[in-house]
Amino acid sequence: MVCDNCGSGNAVIHLTQIVENEMKTLHLCEKCGAEKGVEGSTVPESFPLTDFLAQMGKQKGGSSGTGPSDACAFCGLTFKEFREVGRLGCPHCWTAFEGHLRGLVRRIHGSTQHVGKIYLSPDPSVSEREKKLEGLRRRLRRAVELEDFERAADLRDEIRSLEPSS
Amino acid sequence: MTGDESTDPTLPDPEDPGLGWLDASGEHADIVLSTRVRLARNLQGHPFGPRAGEGDRVAVLDRVRSVLPRIPSLVHSDITELGSESPRTRRLLLERRLASRELVGEHGKTPGKGSALIVGVRRPVSVMVNEEDHLRLQTLFSGLRVHEAWHILDTLDEELGHQVPYAFHPEFGFLTSCPTNVGSGLRASVLLHLPALVLTKEIGKVLQGLTQVGLTFRGLYGEGSEVVGNFFQLSNQTTLGKSEEELVDHLDRIVRQVIEYETRARKVLLRDAASVTEDKIWRAYGLLRYARSLSFEELMNLLSGVRLGASLKLLSGLRVYPLNKIMIFTQSAHLEEAAGRELSPSESDAHRAAYVRRILASEGAVSPDESGSDGPSSSEPSG
Repeated sequence: MVCDNCGSGNAVIHLTQIVENEMKTLHLCEKCGAEKGVEGSTVPESFPLTDFLAQMGKQKGGSSGTGPSDACAFCGLTFKEFREVGRLGCPHCWTAFEGHLRGLVRRIHGSTQHVGKIYLSPDPSVSEREKKLEGLRRRLRRAVELEDFERAADLRDEIRSLEPSS
Repeated sequence: MTGDESTDPTLPDPEDPGLGWLDASGEHADIVLSTRVRLARNLQGHPFGPRAGEGDRVAVLDRVRSVLPRIPSLVHSDITELGSESPRTRRLLLERRLASRELVGEHGKTPGKGSALIVGVRRPVSVMVNEEDHLRLQTLFSGLRVHEAWHILDTLDEELGHQVPYAFHPEFGFLTSCPTNVGSGLRASVLLHLPALVLTKEIGKVLQGLTQVGLTFRGLYGEGSEVVGNFFQLSNQTTLGKSEEELVDHLDRIVRQVIEYETRARKVLLRDAASVTEDKIWRAYGLLRYARSLSFEELMNLLSGVRLGASLKLLSGLRVYPLNKIMIFTQSAHLEEAAGRELSPSESDAHRAAYVRRILASEGAVSPDESGSDGPSSSEPSG
């Protein structure tokens, strides 16, 4: 199929839009798709997460980003990398970037609190450790809110020592 | 040029594991092709799909494989490791809607080690391993069966979660690679055929309304795919902040409303444009019944008219099941599988037309139009 925009490229992006109550489908090649800011199949068309993440950065001033400068201790992903690809690296990223993710999750889902199934890990030792980690994380959040950075640094070290390393 | 009735008629049986959803057995099966529910799950201690190395991917698959005998929902199952399968087999799984583009390897790329699809033999469940998330648990049913699909999948999730440790956070819920899936990790979707809403130009309003109630729509193959043949896949947009039951209940309720709108639009068509509608349906049937070459897109558009005709009993005697079968078995990898070789695009078009002719001929019981014309000619040229 030929691209509707340039008429020469091979259309690989098929964008369905509703314009004035009518459904229209636009067939675009990769180049024209990119020019129009349409992402490929790795990102849902209805939710351009990476654009959204880029916007987040701009809102707080500057494209260099506002995320934590540290990388996730487990997988090494930085918040900047996450903003570029829209995918987290591992379960621990959710804790490493928790504060920033909370804001993002609220904007996506309108809430941050999971209210569905509660999961209990089959390995009690893992579950215990997770419980302890959760308590520490809560204390860390409180310490940061109170600007008690010395305490926060200690708590962060303790959390890292408990998080499983690769 | 090949492409006549010489094509091997022994196509894989739709009773194959993973193809039960074609049988047109569920509620509203003429309008609702299928109901799918999937859960995104990740294991503790391994990077997510996009950052996982080969060692991690293999470890995730080994871990899941080792517990399969203790998972009642999957005790009888087939495991396909995609990296060691031929490109055609991988495309077959994609065309059957059991595997995603990401799992089978985009643009012909061979998937990495550890990419696998586990398909239940006794229950309509399957698991994609090492996709964007470590595990994508899914179930696919014919017709509108959202609650049943959820219960079957919930059972599999409980069984699996007892054997392997999922990554779970007390606040964010089930952790996923993409924040749009976090929380319940649940995406429930229903594939609807809405030709009357399209013909009456009401579809825009309906789709716009859907986005306002937290649903989203996609094409036949899910994320990023085009709307073809008037098939729309409706699903929940958000995954966190509502319980799984609330999510599936909401989808079920809205889908029933959409079916009601579609049914009303069909009545309007029959009332205000009966002859045009009938003509469209019979023309579509005639082309499908006798064409010697069909592209997949053309087929889907014609099939939409014929499906509408079958549903409205204008093409009496035509069942929905063979129409479902045509949709899946006329895709390129399925045609190549039946032919036992690669097919050029023009050969594919010819084989596709031959398959459709054979299925419609075997249905055979379509009544000619009583209102004056003679209906389709009874003298089909021999192939």
